[in-house]
Amino acid sequence: MIAYIIRRLLLLPLILFGVTILIFGMLELLGPEKLVSAYIRGPEAEKVAGATQKIIEKYGLDKPLPVKYERWLGNVLKGDLGWSLVGKQPVLSAILSRFPYTLELALWAIIPVVFVGIWLGIISAVHHNKFLDHFLRVFAIIGWSFPDFVFGLFMILIFYTQLGWFPPGYLSFDMERVVTSSQFVNYTKMVTIDSILNLRFDVFLDALRHLIAPVITLAYLWWAYILRITRSSMLEVLRKEYIRTARAKGLSEDVVINKHARRNALIPVATVSGQMIIALLAGTVIIESVFNRPGLGRFVAMAATQLDYMSIIGGALFYSILLVLGNLIVDVSYALIDPRIRLQ
Amino acid sequence: MLRDEIKKNTKKFFKNPTAVLGLFLLVFFIIIALFAPLIAPPKDPNNPYRIPIATWSLEPKPPSPEHPFGVIGQRDIFYGVIWGTRTAFRIGLIVAGISAIIGIIMGSLSGYFGGWIDEVLMRITDIFMSLPFLVAAMVLTTVLGKGLDKVMIAMIVFGWMGTARLIRGNILQVKEEQYVLAAKALGVRDSLIILKHVIPNTIFPVIVQVSMRMGSLVITAAALSFLGLGAEPGYADWGTLLSYSRNWLTQFDKAWFSIVYPGVAMVLFVLAWNLVGDALRDIFDPRLRG
Repeated sequence: MIAYIIRRLLLLPLILFGVTILIFGMLELLGPEKLVSAYIRGPEAEKVAGATQKIIEKYGLDKPLPVKYERWLGNVLKGDLGWSLVGKQPVLSAILSRFPYTLELALWAIIPVVFVGIWLGIISAVHHNKFLDHFLRVFAIIGWSFPDFVFGLFMILIFYTQLGWFPPGYLSFDMERVVTSSQFVNYTKMVTIDSILNLRFDVFLDALRHLIAPVITLAYLWWAYILRITRSSMLEVLRKEYIRTARAKGLSEDVVINKHARRNALIPVATVSGQMIIALLAGTVIIESVFNRPGLGRFVAMAATQLDYMSIIGGALFYSILLVLGNLIVDVSYALIDPRIRLQ
Repeated sequence: MLRDEIKKNTKKFFKNPTAVLGLFLLVFFIIIALFAPLIAPPKDPNNPYRIPIATWSLEPKPPSPEHPFGVIGQRDIFYGVIWGTRTAFRIGLIVAGISAIIGIIMGSLSGYFGGWIDEVLMRITDIFMSLPFLVAAMVLTTVLGKGLDKVMIAMIVFGWMGTARLIRGNILQVKEEQYVLAAKALGVRDSLIILKHVIPNTIFPVIVQVSMRMGSLVITAAALSFLGLGAEPGYADWGTLLSYSRNWLTQFDKAWFSIVYPGVAMVLFVLAWNLVGDALRDIFDPRLRG
């Protein structure tokens, strides 16, 4: 297992290096003119005569590809990802200032997904081939087929436009004023946590009201997925010898299901949950746009529609680093959980 | 023997009610796509994918006998939904098909030759998988300059890795099978082994994977169109139709039809492919049967 972890760690720089080449390649696809104009939009270059020439020299835009890549990578490593048109600030600080909103949404979505998904999956397996199982399978397959943004639009149509319960956006006007006021301390920049730390429960409830619809939208697709994995893994475990032994010993069905079967059935769910966290973060691109929530996802989507090349390239880099590190953590912890992997 | 196998599997397929429902929906969409010119006759036969302007007023109009699904963004939603079926099939089949071919080539090279070729190709696969699919497709589309064709290119560029890994894994597995080792020991040529043992054991999982991906590819393309990166306004595409609704979301009576009709069409289309793919997987991969 140690060899496996070492191999993964050794591969990490290689993969990250490859990713930067891939992303640099996409930047190069822009062609020289768009590239210069993408660089020149920064505030310091705006009105100075001869700025174009300076930009070309600074970033080595007239140099051969390897030199260009080296300069670009050097800037990236220094944290200089260019100027964001949409954010009206450097790309890196634009990304970092928006990420907490996205993380907050994804974290809230994980809670119902994991608990409800596993619960439904176990119910489905225990009632194998009975009515409840068929019903949950249909529920799952519809969830798996529902495009998330279409589901989100339906949510808005029903729960906001028609019923007026869950408005889109992040906070209502009054609460936003509270959050931006000087008395309110932003510890984490995640308003649901900050509001509790500031003992402003009205702000917390307001934030929660805005979170419910996007969280359900993000969760529905993954409920279906977790349900399926839990169900099939649970069914497999329930056929095992040791379950029969446990039943033969006269243990109650509750103990068999909850103590013997469930723990073993949850191993595959653990890996999937890791992938899910990463997918949830990426899935917020469209959900934040539908629900008009500030965050990295909506920022990248807006940058794409407004042809803010530096922002989308920076966003792609940020997402890929999240994904690579996330996968590494998932794989390593999976190797620690599952002894069968450890031995291979 | 093969015929018996097919007969048995066909029987199994039709005994599964959800599979039959999926097949029924799929046939329904194929008929709509084929007969689109009859169901919604285009005004300009040379440019049928452009939804004709229905009204000059910008206000959406609820369904009426003249426009059964209503009007949004000056366009007839019924026409867009019908011709959008063709767009959906085109996106799905082209992207899933081409990326599967690339994946098969990469996976077979990797699995068959092994060694450093395998190592290099698999690390390239890892690198392409290091970007979330939606983000990658979005960035590449933007860089290439927007439009439906760019969306398709971007989804192909970032869409082949799953197939490559699947094929490679299957080839490695087949290589170790007793009967393949026996055939090798008997001196059967490599090409014959590939043809008789490797391909039949790997091609069905790819078919299952392609049918399972059809739906999600159409979702991604529609999501990009919804954000304004895909098809241009007025093009018969479900995502584009949905994007019109964004301006009217606060008024239920002005927006519901522009979400419900293209939305339901999309859900049913994706559902059809998922049900069929699910049933095929049950048949071809008995391990996953529950």
